[in-house]
Amino acid sequence: MGIDLSLIWIVIIGFGLMMYVVMDGFDLGIGILFPFVADTHERDIMVNTVAPVWDGNETWLVLGGAGLLAAFPLAYSVLLSALYIPIVMMLMGLILRGVAFEFRFKADESHRWAWDIAFAGGSYIAAFAQGAALGAFIGGFVVTGPSYEGGALDWLSPFSVFTGLGVIVAYAMLGSTWLIMKTGGALQGRMIGHAKRIVPAVLIGIGIVSVWTPLAHGAIATRWFSVPNIFYLAPVPILVVATSLLSMRLLTGGADSRVPNAGPFLLALFLLFLGYTGLAISLWPNIIPPGVSFRDAAGPVQSQGFALVGALLIIPVILAYTGFAYHVFRGKVTGKEGYH
Amino acid sequence: MSYLDPVMLARIQFGFTISFHIVFPAITIGLGSYLAVLEGLWLIRKDPVYLDLYHFWSKAFAVNFAMGVVSGLVMAYEFGTNWSYFSTFAGGVTGPLLAYEVLTAFFLEAGFLGVMLFGWTKVGPGLHFFATLMVAAGTVVSMTWILASNSWMQTPQGYEIIGGRVVPTDWLKVIFNPSFPYRLVHMGLAAYLATALFVGSAGAWHLLKYRDNPRVKTMFSMAMWMLLIVAPVQIFAGDEHGHNTLEYQPAKIAAMEGHWSNAPGESVPLILFGWPDMAARKTLYALEVPHLGSLILTHTWDGQIPGLDEFPAGDRPDSAIVFWTFRIMVGLGMLMALLGVLGAWLRWRGQLYDQRLFLRFAVAMGPAGIVAMLAGWMTTEIGRQPWVVYGVMRTADAASRHSALALSTTLAIFVAVYCAVFGTGISYLLKLVAKGPDRGIGPPDPHANLSPARPLSGAPDIDPLSAGTGA
Ligand code: HDD
Ligand code: HEM
Ligand code: HEM
Repeated sequence: MGIDLSLIWIVIIGFGLMMYVVMDGFDLGIGILFPFVADTHERDIMVNTVAPVWDGNETWLVLGGAGLLAAFPLAYSVLLSALYIPIVMMLMGLILRGVAFEFRFKADESHRWAWDIAFAGGSYIAAFAQGAALGAFIGGFVVTGPSYEGGALDWLSPFSVFTGLGVIVAYAMLGSTWLIMKTGGALQGRMIGHAKRIVPAVLIGIGIVSVWTPLAHGAIATRWFSVPNIFYLAPVPILVVATSLLSMRLLTGGADSRVPNAGPFLLALFLLFLGYTGLAISLWPNIIPPGVSFRDAAGPVQSQGFALVGALLIIPVILAYTGFAYHVFRGKVTGKEGYH
Repeated sequence: MSYLDPVMLARIQFGFTISFHIVFPAITIGLGSYLAVLEGLWLIRKDPVYLDLYHFWSKAFAVNFAMGVVSGLVMAYEFGTNWSYFSTFAGGVTGPLLAYEVLTAFFLEAGFLGVMLFGWTKVGPGLHFFATLMVAAGTVVSMTWILASNSWMQTPQGYEIIGGRVVPTDWLKVIFNPSFPYRLVHMGLAAYLATALFVGSAGAWHLLKYRDNPRVKTMFSMAMWMLLIVAPVQIFAGDEHGHNTLEYQPAKIAAMEGHWSNAPGESVPLILFGWPDMAARKTLYALEVPHLGSLILTHTWDGQIPGLDEFPAGDRPDSAIVFWTFRIMVGLGMLMALLGVLGAWLRWRGQLYDQRLFLRFAVAMGPAGIVAMLAGWMTTEIGRQPWVVYGVMRTADAASRHSALALSTTLAIFVAVYCAVFGTGISYLLKLVAKGPDRGIGPPDPHANLSPARPLSGAPDIDPLSAGTGA
């Protein structure tokens, strides 16, 4: 076989999911920060910063699902059955959050609060469910052949609750730093204050996961701590710490006390990228941990090949017009104009 | 099968969520094309009426689109959560088709929607029209892929079964399977009809309230033209679709017709009304028109079609349901054609806008397109039972093994959230439409477009031409 289709597909799906996490991550982060901003006008600004792009951001999640079904149908079936409850929670959260974008501007003033709650509540539910699903994924599933053999609540464990809360905090970091970049004045100042507390929390969260997973899973400990590996992989934790420190420095203004702009957001993206890489290193090559590798779950070559042609031709075009949309709506969103 | 049987619960859950979902895409498809036509007419004729209508309907479009997106997201995951054995078995076919839908349609719609809804001041008229066209095209492309997938499940071909799963051998055959062209045309027309009836009933409602400005008249007139042309085409397309089904899924046609058995040399009557009884294996209280069934289905005086008795009991779809859903769809289709013809006749007599009985009829027909479409889907899907991939995989073998408890809990959550969220959304949509396109907005005015959904008022102005290059 000339081309390793399964390998290319796992990379594409991994890329799609990462795009999803960072892009929808900051939209969901806006909802997570909602309860900490009381002023209606400021809430409008927060929503306006992501309104033009959230739909496209969420589409990466659909691509992840469809790509998995196309290239690794077995993994799609087993994972979604095993994660049935968190997936339904996530979908409900995304429904509430998604319609609230439209409805909060359509509702009568007196009903507005209800959609604000739906917006924030949906964001929390979706973020928690994604994190809990991630925790359950790391923990592994009971599988025989093509069947998920576990129960409906197997996903629920102290670890998955922890990762659920962890993802809420991580999205809050993306949301607050996004708002530092996209807003000014008092709102921006408040977000800098929040970010200063969130970034260390994320660092601690990553630290706890990094200790918890090798302790719980021998294979993960071997992966990281066996002899040659530890040298190759050491840069990941070192970069995590360095990125967080740099971010804190920017947020506290450092020596020259300038107002930060895009810096903290870019560092937050990089921090999440590192966390994501760390997880990939721990779990590789499993697509259904602990025992099913992505090759075992591969769909027919004819299916992987057919879909790959489209993915390789079209994803660059998608990236181009997504970039165009971000370009059109670039710059700070000020409170002056507001919507009418 | 009891109603608490997990497979039945999974089916109810899927049927419930997709029935909600399909309503929004149908209106998205119709309004998307309608908006493209309105903008095109405005660019050519420079008549502000078209622009006002564009602004008016684009608000409804935005609300409807959001509901379509979030309800669709659920669908993309339900194949795995509810039908995991189906997905393991047939994901090699349905997966790539869904992936192409995401790549060619969903991203396209999402990418250009922002420019379409808020881009009046950010891009020039040409680029704006291009964005509208891309969104409209995205909706139609999306329909094409998902129907290829569904049609393949109805009339599978171009595959082999190797190692217990479907392996596609010829993608052209998979996509252009025998029922695909018929289903695509029939569903596309259904979406346009549903939208025309919705727009038409909004127009008629405003006319009845004596708010007859040129905008209301234009939209009502356009909708009536659409009905006059499309409703008869749909009846013809439906008939052709039926012949295709007779060829590939004869049990479904027998169930739709409540037809059980043939005596040698006897013709098939058309049963207008009746009650198919699955246990007694006959259609009770049948009101029949002799020979008409033969004429419609075989185009001969005495032709026969297979009866339900000719299929093993375990392979018979539930005739009592599809018999009626089919008649609801066909009956409404006839009424749509009648509405179109009456409209043409009144137009010719110069009374299109003031015949009040006719206007009431048009208002009442507002939901008819959506109801007919849902009835049509139920006919198609329930008529396919007990198969999920026709003749290849049974529905009972497709379902994930969730407990009845897990399924009923999630079903209750779905029902509660859908009714609350989409119920409110639909009421907002109707309120928006009830305001009517009264105020002339005039030529592109940045502020006119800020009140709809997602305002982007805060975004800075940029040079439209330099921004356009990324598209
Ligand atoms: C006849 C057309 C049609 C049919 C039968 C379906 N859809 Fe749909 N779907 C659309 C036509 C459409 C659309 C018009 O393209 C939508 C509506 C609003 C939108 O954004 O796109 C859409 C939205 C939509 C979305 C959200 C896309 C986004 O994020 O922008 C998803 C994931 C799905 N659909 C998936 C499905 C699945 C898995 C279906 C089958 C079970 C399905 N749809 C049936
Ligand atoms: C969009 C409009 C559609 C509607 C309203 C619709 C309606 C339904 C209904 C009512 C059922 C339940 C049938 C029963 O319980 O007997 C069903 C089942 C199903 N449909 Fe559809 N359907 C639609 C489109 C699709 C599409 C586009 C696909 C696939 C791509 C699809 C795949 C399925 C599957 C997998 C099932 C479950 C198995 C079954 O019960 O047949 N449907 N659908
Ligand atoms: C009046 C004449 C009509 C006839 C003879 C007719 C015929 C049919 C037939 C035979 C099917 C089932 C095909 C199959 O499952 O293989 C079907 C399905 C369907 N019908 Fe109709 N139909 C008519 C009108 C309408 C109207 C007015 C609408 C909606 C506005 C509509 C919407 C649908 C839809 C959405 C489906 C399911 C998708 C599909 O299989 O194409 N039909 N129709």
